[in-house]
Formats: sequence, structure tokens, C-alpha cells
Amino acid sequence: MINKQVNSLSEAVADIFDGATVMVGGFGEAGSPIELIHALIDHGAKNLTVVSNNTGSGHVGLAALIENKQVSKIICSFPRTANSLVFPELYHAGDIELELVPQGTLAERIRAGGAGIPAFYTPASVNTPLAEGKESRMFEDQEYVLENAIKADFALVKCDKADRYGNLVYHATARNFGPIMCTAAMVAIVQAKKIVEAGQIDPEVVITPGIFVQKVVEINNPADESKLVEEELSYPW
Amino acid sequence: MVETDKKIGWNRAEMAQKVALDIPDGSYVNLGIGIPEMVADFVPEGRELIYQTENGLLGMGPLPEEGKGNRELVNAGKKYITTIPGAAYFHHADSFAMIRGGHIDICVLGAMQVSQEGDLANWSTGAEKAIPAVGGAMDLVAGVKRIFVITQHITKKGDPKIIEECTFPLTGKQVVERIYTDLAIIDITKDGLFVREMAPGVDLDSLQEKTGAQLHQYS
Repeated sequence: MINKQVNSLSEAVADIFDGATVMVGGFGEAGSPIELIHALIDHGAKNLTVVSNNTGSGHVGLAALIENKQVSKIICSFPRTANSLVFPELYHAGDIELELVPQGTLAERIRAGGAGIPAFYTPASVNTPLAEGKESRMFEDQEYVLENAIKADFALVKCDKADRYGNLVYHATARNFGPIMCTAAMVAIVQAKKIVEAGQIDPEVVITPGIFVQKVVEINNPADESKLVEEELSYPW
Repeated sequence: MVETDKKIGWNRAEMAQKVALDIPDGSYVNLGIGIPEMVADFVPEGRELIYQTENGLLGMGPLPEEGKGNRELVNAGKKYITTIPGAAYFHHADSFAMIRGGHIDICVLGAMQVSQEGDLANWSTGAEKAIPAVGGAMDLVAGVKRIFVITQHITKKGDPKIIEECTFPLTGKQVVERIYTDLAIIDITKDGLFVREMAPGVDLDSLQEKTGAQLHQYS
């Protein structure tokens, strides 16, 4: 029998090892798997390369993981946001490496990683500093830059509904990077607000087919990151 | 709207309205963060536009009532939004397939600098201490059919933003089609910068003084 449901957050993240590449879903707070990230802080794996669109807010979630010195490098498109306090400090101190990637290139590198495409040409970033040192090529009189796929050892993703096969449905714009990150990680670990019986999700509306998911854990009432930030909380509590 | 004889230039809402008037019925539009977001408030009656937000929604509606926001329904600026009937959600790779693949008709972006050839700089001043952040701007200028810029004509320090060549790192080369400022609307053509419209109280000489590149007039 196939059952990808695990019963605890600690079990969900138990295999994450030092030096792993970990994709973290979310666009700001929307879709950020905050309970899984906190479990990774408890777990303690270090020297991680994190792939995520942003760098977290306040002192919780992704920001707390960075603050806890578990991240040596981040691959990201927009590392500063209104409440990003932790990343700027470590970046200026030279304690974290940043690979800045245009958002669409980040998405496509992840998509390619999950689809068995090692690299691709994109017009984004041509003639900018972000294309420096990269191979370029002309197609039909337009210049393109070669970008490599990104694969990960693990992905941490949040969704709305899952079943034991790992089929996923998301909610609104919290979907963002979740589906492609599940495809690009060897082990996609998903926190779902609800885990339902197999068959309860209409096959027509499945967004991430279960083949791309290895573990699901039910978190009924995930924390609101912005609420925690407003309350000036820090993780570990 | 109260106008006095002394008024010079357009305010932000008026700038946004000027952009909205130039977006054809039926367009798919991506609005950048900041003043560009205001464009949605001024769509002329009878026109239907579909707004894309690159974090995964086609059919972005007006802002929700105060306190009615949903933390999982946000725009690219991470502000709470709503959806219109007929909206669609999608993941990030599909979103940028729309953008890079040439499916979006118009994108309205802010700018730090625009060159007379349409080069855009809007992501980094290149300063040593600054943390670079690019978001989706480079993908948007590379893939969207028409790029409009909406910006103040000069910087807070009084430096021109429209110049011969950008000094800040580029977002894209030869990508901007038209600039909407508080003082004028300027087309970027292969023959140079052409003034399309000037705001109240602005004449070509005063506009040229605040512009770091040669302006031309349509004959």
C-alpha cells in the first residue's frame, strides 16, 4: 500500500542532511511552509543551500532558518522585502552567499530541473549584470542567455488539500512555486491543511500529481507569518 | 478635481489615468509595484482589461475592503487583492510562460532611469552596500509586447531620469516604448524621444531643461 502521510513534522524533515539543497515554497508569506521550516530549525541541519523567491520576514519561518545560521547560500529573486531584517544583516557581514536570479528564470530553472532539462536559453537578463559570465547565443537575431536547471535534495511546500498518494490542491496565490518545486526535488515534503481519503480529490482538479510528492503531513491551522511578525515573535519560541 | 492657474504637472493619479487611457480594450496587462498599481483604478468605462499578477493570478480585481484580505491572495507587491469572476490561478512557471512567451500585451513598470534608446534601469543603483533584488522585471521587459514606464520626471535630488545612457545597471536594453511622467508623455522611437503630450504649465523648454537627452516634437 502506498501511504505518503507521516504523522509528525519532525518525521517529515528527519532525513534532511547537512549541506543539502532545499527548495522552500512561497511568495512572501503566501504558500510559505512555516511549520515545516520551524521543524527544520528544530532538526538542525546546517550548511544548506536554500532556493526560495524571498528571504523571509521578521524572525520566524525562512528568516528564522537563516538567522539560526543553517543557510550558507540562498538562490532567490527578491531578497529584500518590507520586513526582511535577518538577511540584510548576514549578507552585509558576508555570512551568507546570494545568487540573484530573475524571477521567471528562477521558476524555469526549477521547472527544467524537474522535467529532465539540464539547461535552457532565455531572453531575460540579456545586456544586464546578471548575464555576465554566462554563455549566450543568437536565435533569429535575438540574444539569449544559457541558464542551468536547479534540482534539490528536498522541497518544503505548503498546500491546501492532499491525499495519501501525494496528490495536491493549493489555495489561491499560495500555489506559486509549490508545484514546480515538488517536481524538482528528490524528496518533496508537503504540509497540507487537510489530508483527505484517496478519491476525495477530483482527478480533474489535482494540481500536483502524487508522483512528485514523497511525504505529506497534516497541519490543520498553519500559523499566519505576518501575525507572528506583527507580534515580534522569534523562532525558536 | 480642483485645478488652479499655478498648477504645474500631473499628480500620480493623473499619471496613472493617462496610462489607463492608452491601454486598448481586451488587453492582458501586468502592472508593476507602486504607481503602476494605480492604473487599474482608471480603466475607462466600456473597456475590459485582464490584469495578470506574476505570482499566479490572471483576473486580479480591486483591493478588498479594509480587514477583508486573505493572506493567500496577494499581488506581486504582496498586497491583499481580490479576483474577478472568470479569474484563473497558476503556478510560477506558467506565469512566466505567459510573460516570457509574449502572451501579455502591456506591462507598466516604474523606473530609476530610462535612456533615449529605451534602455530601462529599475532594479539596482549598483551601490556597493545595496542588496540587489530583481524580481520579475527582467523577464517582463524581455517578453511582454509593449513596455510603458510611469515615473516622476526627475529624482528627489533633482537629477533627470530620462537620459542619454543609463548609469545604473540595466533591466533590459531597448525595451521601453513610452514614458509617462508628472510633466509629459514621451514616445521612444528609433529617431529619438518625441513629446506626445505635456502636462498643464509645462512647455518644451522647461521640459527639456529637466531631461537629460534631446527631446523632439511631432510635426
